[in-house]
Amino acid sequence: MTPPRGAGEAPLAGSAPLIDVHAHFYHAAAGRADWAEVNASRFRAGERIGITYHVASVLGSYGFSSPTYFPSPADVERGNDAMLAIADREPDRVRMFTTVNPNYTDHALGEIERCTKRGAIGVKLLASRRADDPLLDPIAELAGRRGLPILHHIWQHRTREWPSQEISDGIDLARLAERHSGTSFILAHIGGGGDYMHTFRAVAHVPNIYPDLSGSGVDRGMLDTAVTALGARRLLWGCDLTMCTGLAKLRALDTIGLRKDDIEDIRWRNAARIFPANSFDRCRAGAAQ
Amino acid sequence: MIDVNTFVGPYPFRHVPHPTPDALLRVLDREELEGAWVGHLPSAYYRDPTLGNAELFTTLEPFSKRLGPVPAIRPDWPGWEASLRDAKSAGAPAIRVYPPQWGLGPHDGRLREFAVAAGESGLPLVLTVRFEDLRQRHPLDVAGDLSAAAIRSLARAGDAVRLVITAAGREMIEEVHWGLTPEEQQRVLWDIAWIWGPPEDHLAKLFRTVGADRFVFGSQWPLRLVQTPRANLDLLPDDLRGVSLGSV
Repeated sequence: MTPPRGAGEAPLAGSAPLIDVHAHFYHAAAGRADWAEVNASRFRAGERIGITYHVASVLGSYGFSSPTYFPSPADVERGNDAMLAIADREPDRVRMFTTVNPNYTDHALGEIERCTKRGAIGVKLLASRRADDPLLDPIAELAGRRGLPILHHIWQHRTREWPSQEISDGIDLARLAERHSGTSFILAHIGGGGDYMHTFRAVAHVPNIYPDLSGSGVDRGMLDTAVTALGARRLLWGCDLTMCTGLAKLRALDTIGLRKDDIEDIRWRNAARIFPANSFDRCRAGAAQ
Repeated sequence: MIDVNTFVGPYPFRHVPHPTPDALLRVLDREELEGAWVGHLPSAYYRDPTLGNAELFTTLEPFSKRLGPVPAIRPDWPGWEASLRDAKSAGAPAIRVYPPQWGLGPHDGRLREFAVAAGESGLPLVLTVRFEDLRQRHPLDVAGDLSAAAIRSLARAGDAVRLVITAAGREMIEEVHWGLTPEEQQRVLWDIAWIWGPPEDHLAKLFRTVGADRFVFGSQWPLRLVQTPRANLDLLPDDLRGVSLGSV
């Protein structure tokens, strides 16, 4: 067994900057009694891994008063308020996506403006409407105008409908991204379920789509193929719900023959390029040291 | 520490990079693991795994100091008694069985009889809950996951039974563990390949409730990254850091 960690030990993933572009936090109205413990666990694991910034969203009430992937406007606001409070409280390590439900267009646009004014640096879209639906156009247009990347929940290769989500895959997101070439899209969790090999083919020709590596899936060959298919400058590191797999993938990046520059791109530099300027000051400072 | 859940050989439903014993040895060295129990991946899908077992023993023979061959034996085929004796005499540390892939239901009497016989020979059974996430399976991969009911049924089959369950998640582990008597619980070990770490901290919760001594290191290499169970242990909360896992 590994020995107990002592105070002051180096981060498990090294001391270079590291941005988790796919994190979530919980809140008191999220329907689970242990919400504060889960948030604290994310911070604790983040410290151990060496995460410089958690770029996070709150998904409404997580099913407590409206469905996780179809949040009501009231839950969207409550969740965004909770996320704003966490970001305000943790300015050195937390950045925020504004979560919206595109079925309520005016509300979604209003939330983006409201939260961006208070420091949000991106937009989170769930699975409330297929990614290529025209209802997403005004959101993508506004995000592009404000320089906000959109993190879109993705099912890697949808072959049928699944309950509780209106799932989208790489082909669906590519249609939206091609209509909004000035907007950056983060394709969520290639390890989050489904066939990632299909995704790589579906988005390879759409340069404004940046897949994140998050998700519980840790298939051998997934990372190698992602780099081969898309290049290291298209990939973003993230954890989503499983930080152990995030750490495992970082360690795997070290073993599949990537150049140091490629790893730095995936760890943080690609994120620094697509999010608004100066979103990650501590990364710039850390890299300069 | 050894990895109880590895394979060599190709997987029928997707390409798996270099699933060979020499690659596995390099991984074990890198991860500072002493050895591994190794199954023959394609045999899970063979109607008759006998020739797959022969290939496994031949392939691993040069690496026998660190790689223990774990053959697959079908309890629903005639002559399993001889296969079990052969496996024992060839030095197998355990036997793999794949009830969903072989169409064996959760209370199959032949499987229960086999589990007892293997246990009496000092050989635990290694069972696989899943090879891949449900959401990415090939349309022809319709076997489904091993059920909690099947594990409970085997654990209750007799005192001699010893099970190593691989690729289970928290819910299944809890359903099985708390559905067994304390004596029956001691017959079951779980690998940690598919258990979530922080922030949900399923592994930590299971260590505190079920007990770390019921868990062993397993990765499901070459399908999955060996780095994952190692990372999970590295990220345990402070009160569980350095805790000892169970032993096979």
